Amino acid sequence: MTILLDENTRLAVQGITGREGSFHARQCLEYGTKVVAGITPGKGGTKFDGIPVFNTVEEAVAAEGVTATLIFVPAAYGADAILEAAAAAVPLIICITEGIPTLDMTRAMALITESGSRLIGPNCPGVISPGKCKAGIMPGGIFREGHVGVVSRSGTLTYEAVNELSLRGIGQSTCIGIGGDPVIGTRFVDALELFEGDPDTHAVVLVGEIGGTDEEEAARYIREKMTKPVVGFIAGRTAPPGRRMGHAGAIVSGGKGTAAEKMEMLEQSGVRVVSSPTDIGAAMAQLLNAS
Amino acid sequence: MNIHEYQAKQILARFGVPVPRGESASNPYEVYDIAARLGGKVAVKAQIHAGGRGKGGGIKLAASPEEAEEIARAMIGMTLVTRQTGSAGRVVRRVLVEEALPIKKEFYLGILVDRASRRPVIVASPAGGMDIEQVAAETPGLIFREFVDPRVGLQPYARKKLAFHLGLAGSLLSETTRILGALYRVFEENDASLVEINPLLLTESGALCALDAKIVLDDNALYRHRELQALRDFEEEEPLEIQASRLGVNYIRLDGNIGCMVNGAGLAMATMDIIKIAGGNPANFLDIGGGASSDQIRNAFRLLLSDANVKTVLINIFGGIVRCDLVAQGVVEAMREVEAAIPVVVRLEGTNVEEGRRMLLDSGFAFTVADGMKDAAEKVVALAG
Repeated sequence: MTILLDENTRLAVQGITGREGSFHARQCLEYGTKVVAGITPGKGGTKFDGIPVFNTVEEAVAAEGVTATLIFVPAAYGADAILEAAAAAVPLIICITEGIPTLDMTRAMALITESGSRLIGPNCPGVISPGKCKAGIMPGGIFREGHVGVVSRSGTLTYEAVNELSLRGIGQSTCIGIGGDPVIGTRFVDALELFEGDPDTHAVVLVGEIGGTDEEEAARYIREKMTKPVVGFIAGRTAPPGRRMGHAGAIVSGGKGTAAEKMEMLEQSGVRVVSSPTDIGAAMAQLLNAS
Repeated sequence: MNIHEYQAKQILARFGVPVPRGESASNPYEVYDIAARLGGKVAVKAQIHAGGRGKGGGIKLAASPEEAEEIARAMIGMTLVTRQTGSAGRVVRRVLVEEALPIKKEFYLGILVDRASRRPVIVASPAGGMDIEQVAAETPGLIFREFVDPRVGLQPYARKKLAFHLGLAGSLLSETTRILGALYRVFEENDASLVEINPLLLTESGALCALDAKIVLDDNALYRHRELQALRDFEEEEPLEIQASRLGVNYIRLDGNIGCMVNGAGLAMATMDIIKIAGGNPANFLDIGGGASSDQIRNAFRLLLSDANVKTVLINIFGGIVRCDLVAQGVVEAMREVEAAIPVVVRLEGTNVEEGRRMLLDSGFAFTVADGMKDAAEKVVALAG
């Protein structure tokens, strides 16, 4: 078993005929994902690499039984695309789009939390359950099937962590990129809850960064509820305060959200915190051998 | 995007938030005229994108137009160092000249997005005029918060609640709730990430007025606010950072001597960290993004080398979507163009990595190819000396 995605996932791609959308839809197909529909308003009735294209998410859901959607539309339409998917009752919405205005996301989140849909992202690399389904922009080749869950706010840093695991023969159950924006649909705690409830996930890697208090919330959850071992890494120890480090959410402001604070809280909650992403694999190997 | 106090006050005034009478100027003679029009007693305030101006000598009171002119003559052109500018400080190019108002009481009002609740939150305090983070730490009971459902906005009952918390009841109740409503509209309609009035002043004559104001705009929403784009002050930005934003890469200049070029913000931060752990100092944060072309890589690399402090460079690319051979091609081209004799350590991983490494080694330049992040950091720190 995995979380969020498995071999039965029926994926739609919103923005499938765009540059990013078409490239990554093909990559997902190649990985073995069941990409069953594309959505591009105005191109309904056409095909993309044999995949039917629809004008609306609603039509795609009715015709193809879509269970998850992957969003690549431009930032100005990002929140609308998320809301369209939620209105069509798609259970899992993964939004790759970067640069969605924050206030658009606060309004969208108010509606999403009242819907039955789960949102991953925005501004994230997506989700992968290795060997079963890839819904995102991550390079499929570095992942291996296995029992470690990975949750991360960053893209390439996730790949770095996964690579360290895979090189040691440690496979992954599911890897979730939750995204680098200040307002995101699924946060560390939500992902940890899912991993805790998944019998096939035996341990978790958490990759955080400066800004916000999601890692602190995660630390509290781990201390109070989590039975599985966790390896943690926090990026941005040397980041100057008041500057956004690439991600809109990665900013130390008012002395809050520093890496040192987050590392300390995770450590106090029993997380094995490493000082470099290159140590993630070795630390996880140790924890797994010990348990 | 940050804007100046005088610009923020123009926006506030447009939405009906009372601000002191005043005008901005870049010339001491202009300051004299403005002060004369305002009746002589004025405050002269340095306009830079950083707080803590008062303590740094960036806010002064004048009793006459002559004195205002004299203050402005010293202030315009000076390098102002405050707790927020860093030791290099900022050059003052413009001042705001405002009527001096008699202070009875000071309050704090702020609106921002609360990440935990994923909603806008109004923060209000009767302890205005001070550093709000200090107030929150020392007297948390004096901080009041009202979370807003962004679908309906800041409702009248919530405004009244805040007004009572601030002790602005009685004859000031309706004016306070009106100002709170206007402030929320400033936040919402301009896609701000922060709107702050500190202090909101109660004058001796019983009027409320925004004595200082700060507005930060959401960069991601600027595309739909053409009028706000014009408020950008390039003089306040690092020239290399302006160039970087044109190239579509994320670059932040730091004070070390090891240039870094990385794909992905998280990995870029982790790379800076690992350089520091290895005993070195990064010269910058540079994220070339997920889908960088060899052209973009060439430009980013040239940009990085134009920082005279850079003694060595570390390129750390985990190519998933970015192909390593394209990265190598861009780097080699940039090295040819700038004829740099600078030592470069390259760590490549991912798609077409063998081809990328071979291109670097065959290029004739002295690239040091590293095996993994740790190795790369140690090698580049050794080269930086």
